Amino acid sequence: MTVATNNRVIEYREALREAMSEEMRQDERVFLLGEEVAQYNGAYKVSKGMLDEFGSRRVIDTPISESGFSGMAVGAAMRGLRPIVEFMSWSFSLVAADPILNNAAKMLYMSGGQFGCPIVFRGNDGAGGQLASTHSWCVESMYANVPGLKMVIPYDAYDAKGLLKEAIRDDNPVFFLESERLLSTTCHVPEEEYTIPFGQALIRRQGTHCTIISFGRPLHFCLEAAEELAKEGIDCEVVDGRTIRPLDIDTMAASVKKTSTCVVVDQSWSFASVGSEIASQLHAICFEDLDNHVHRVHSDDVPPPYAYNLEQAYLPNTRKICEAVRSATYNT
Amino acid sequence: MADINSESAVNAGQHQTPKKSGKCSPVVLPEKAILLGWLRQMLLIREFEVRTMQAYQNRLIGGFCHIYIGQEAVAVGTIAAINPDDPIITAYRDHGYALARGMDPKHCMAEMFGRIGGCAKGKGGSMHMFDAAHHLYGGHGIVAGQTPLGAGLAFATKYEDEVLEGGESNHVTLCYLGDGALNQGAFYEAMNLAGLFDLPIIFVLENNGYSMGTSIERGTTMAHELRTKSEAQGIEYTMVDGKDVLSLYQNFKPIVDWCRTECRPYFVEAKTYRYKGHSMSDPRKYRTKEEENREESDDCIGNLSAQLCEEHDLTPDAIKQMTRQVKTQVRLAVEWAKQSPEPSIDELFRDVYTDRWGPYTGTSKPQMLDIEEEA
Repeated sequence: MTVATNNRVIEYREALREAMSEEMRQDERVFLLGEEVAQYNGAYKVSKGMLDEFGSRRVIDTPISESGFSGMAVGAAMRGLRPIVEFMSWSFSLVAADPILNNAAKMLYMSGGQFGCPIVFRGNDGAGGQLASTHSWCVESMYANVPGLKMVIPYDAYDAKGLLKEAIRDDNPVFFLESERLLSTTCHVPEEEYTIPFGQALIRRQGTHCTIISFGRPLHFCLEAAEELAKEGIDCEVVDGRTIRPLDIDTMAASVKKTSTCVVVDQSWSFASVGSEIASQLHAICFEDLDNHVHRVHSDDVPPPYAYNLEQAYLPNTRKICEAVRSATYNT
Repeated sequence: MADINSESAVNAGQHQTPKKSGKCSPVVLPEKAILLGWLRQMLLIREFEVRTMQAYQNRLIGGFCHIYIGQEAVAVGTIAAINPDDPIITAYRDHGYALARGMDPKHCMAEMFGRIGGCAKGKGGSMHMFDAAHHLYGGHGIVAGQTPLGAGLAFATKYEDEVLEGGESNHVTLCYLGDGALNQGAFYEAMNLAGLFDLPIIFVLENNGYSMGTSIERGTTMAHELRTKSEAQGIEYTMVDGKDVLSLYQNFKPIVDWCRTECRPYFVEAKTYRYKGHSMSDPRKYRTKEEENREESDDCIGNLSAQLCEEHDLTPDAIKQMTRQVKTQVRLAVEWAKQSPEPSIDELFRDVYTDRWGPYTGTSKPQMLDIEEEA
């Protein structure tokens, strides 16, 4: 039995479910609401079975009314409840901009510290697979601009669980960005209780020639690129930022000081982005250490297209990352 | 824990037709001392607003500032009808609610002066009055933005009763909005959720006839029959007289009681008039002087004074004395606010997070603030 526990492998979506269920068992103030989370068992089956365990007072189906139910959850959080709001897609959060940005992120400040907002907004971010322009939003660069919120982008099931539990316990609003493309990925997740603190980047691959920094789903392509580049004799270090607010620039800078070159891979658009922010910070911190300017790979500066080949060309992909690393390391 | 297996309304959505209240007949008025307290509160709000305008003109107050004069009966009458620990939430014309709820005028004035003695340490200003001790959840600046939050407060009180230990407080939330909010989607989403989830909330529409310079007929359909706005959501509607605090209370209190007992929402329209402009910068060219004079001749404070003199032996001298007391109280509040220091620059970085995080400097993680960890 013990052996099975230690080697347990589960899906990303199961990890998310475990995080929510465990926290809901421990704290009755925690509840889940969103479209199709209860009777339908979740549009992506993340909340499967939770209605049966927790009942309809704590796993709550909402109508398609993001502005309304996000605001309702913020109001509930002001009274000390700890809502988890599931956005079927972060793309749909755009119609809830006022409650999530104006209210959740600013409430503590505006009220002079009287009313906090312990809330988690979570759901799929980024391209899902030919969903075209309106359903493929990467909201991280846009929303990370706002002080008062925290932002998390977990890459694998282990991080998804540990970071989500940490998010639910946090007294501040946390924007938790998952990816539809990662929900079925699996990895080892222990049954024992654990959380992962925010602001601690993870080195996913050790290397000496070039630092590749990314978050969430594009890490898959970064790791793939690193394997390909290794065949060419370019040894990459892949850093998973894990959280964007707070940003663990120290771990990133330490890696860059070691490798002297850097590529930042950010699935949002390049203009005024998380990628440009990290590049800017690294240029300031590692000015003396860098052999080249920090290179960046983003989604192209166009609305997300539908056609399969166009979408593949649009997203940060292994080819683009390899080209950027070769350029950054003068291996062109 | 409450029974979670019942066919809960939370997921059933079976409330297309409003339940017939039928029981909302007017209540008797409380004793004279309470009524005198209402008059005093209304006088206080009016005097406070007069001094607010003065301070604004003297540049002690910056930003946008919205004056409540003319509408005092709505805040005073509705708040008198609820329990002191029932949550309330409102829009940006909020000074009157703060005072009616019991905030000391000095903290309200200091907030507008941008001083540390303000209710939000000078971080919110005129439009964002928050007072946790008096269960005032703001003061919100975006039109109708407070309405989903209000639904959330009501959701939370119900959740506290049904799920958490030690429940059964049966709160009713009052969520105020102006007639401008009738045209925002957020309000209809909030009403829909309140109806769907059986939330104990009263949306109090404070209809003063204008959203900024746009008269209600120019902004919303069915302006003459606003009951239609809530009937579509299966939520009952009542109109109350926003210029007569006694009749307002008599008709509003039973609605509060009904919402508390039935755990259902309600939509109440209080017809009123704002005597001053939308904000301090508004020259009011969109309405006539005749209209203003007509409206001001039916004044909520004048009405209550007359009623108390006729039916409760209040004398003009007693009213004068009360007015003097209120003027002194507000004058002292202004003095206090002037003496309150500006917030220290440290405050710029506090309350962004509950953690001791400072700002991003552009080259590092957020700096940890050098402040005492609060309990």
